[in-house]
Amino acid sequence: MLSGSEAAKAFRLAGVSHVVWIPDSELGAWDASLAAAGTPALIRAAREGEAVGIAIGLMLGGRNPVVVMQCTGLFEAGDALRNAVHDLGMPLRCIVGVRSWKAFRAGGTVDTCPQFAEPILHAWRMPFAWLDDAADASALAGLLAGAERTRSPLAVLIGE
Amino acid sequence: MAMSLRDALEPLAPLRGRRVVVSTMASVAVWPQLSDGPFDFAYMPSAMGQGPALGLGLALARPDRGAIVLSGDGSLLMNLGSLATIAACPAPLWIVVLDNGLYEVTGGQPTAGAGRVDFAALARGAGIPRAYAFSDLADWRRRAPEALDGEGPVLISLKIEGRMGQKTPKPPRPMQDQMRRLTEALAANDGAG
Repeated sequence: MLSGSEAAKAFRLAGVSHVVWIPDSELGAWDASLAAAGTPALIRAAREGEAVGIAIGLMLGGRNPVVVMQCTGLFEAGDALRNAVHDLGMPLRCIVGVRSWKAFRAGGTVDTCPQFAEPILHAWRMPFAWLDDAADASALAGLLAGAERTRSPLAVLIGE
Repeated sequence: MAMSLRDALEPLAPLRGRRVVVSTMASVAVWPQLSDGPFDFAYMPSAMGQGPALGLGLALARPDRGAIVLSGDGSLLMNLGSLATIAACPAPLWIVVLDNGLYEVTGGQPTAGAGRVDFAALARGAGIPRAYAFSDLADWRRRAPEALDGEGPVLISLKIEGRMGQKTPKPPRPMQDQMRRLTEALAANDGAG
């Protein structure tokens, strides 16, 4: 998985103005690097649906945010995501940590989270792409910048 | 004197200044009668409870303008954590809570904690130092200039009359038209007066 400094570099390369986030147990390791970087600005939200709402406002105001959350938060944020992507037609970009994904793929977890990440995104008609463990900052930046260029919503999934 | 929804909103119109006004739920039916320019954004269709979050994003994106969010009490109850986020992100944001104790647009069912929740106290407890509560119209009119002046974030809780049998309001224009005129107006007034 990307280090915090690589993630911060990716956000800068993609022209991200704000990272609106609620950390999870793996993405949380980015916190110190994101906070120290200063750019993009780090906004700590209280709940994932709220993070999507903040991103909507930032986009209406001409800024270029990314929401970072765990898949459990994605599940909670469903109505906010539906509103952003389908009611408002916003090119919302998210990074979603998929808890227990690697153990799930190996058949070694009772965690139900990873079963639902992809089906939920399909249900909300939210395009997504996986970022593999070997990916570097430019790979993440490319995904984010590509979505921004085409004005398309995108969830970047990171298996945990 | 108890306030109607319109009574509660009227003092805001001449005092809003350059701020974007985001109306939600019941206020979508009334605010356009008071102001309907490009910086008035009727957030409908919405995700209920996300008005303050959207307003925070707008205020952070455009601190030269700031935002006023008109939220129902039921809506804010759905997203109370946003008060903590707002407190942590100093921005020119005013949250106006229109507290009638009802889910008005669904027919008038009581909200959880109707008549008991003190939104100004919740805001202070979340770390928003400037929080006001008004239940008397004359008092609200007298102190509105103070409440809407200075730096944000600010929460203003207004106790208003509940109305039964209201239908879900219709926004003054389709969402895509609203978004276009707001974003164009913001771009055309990028940091200008």
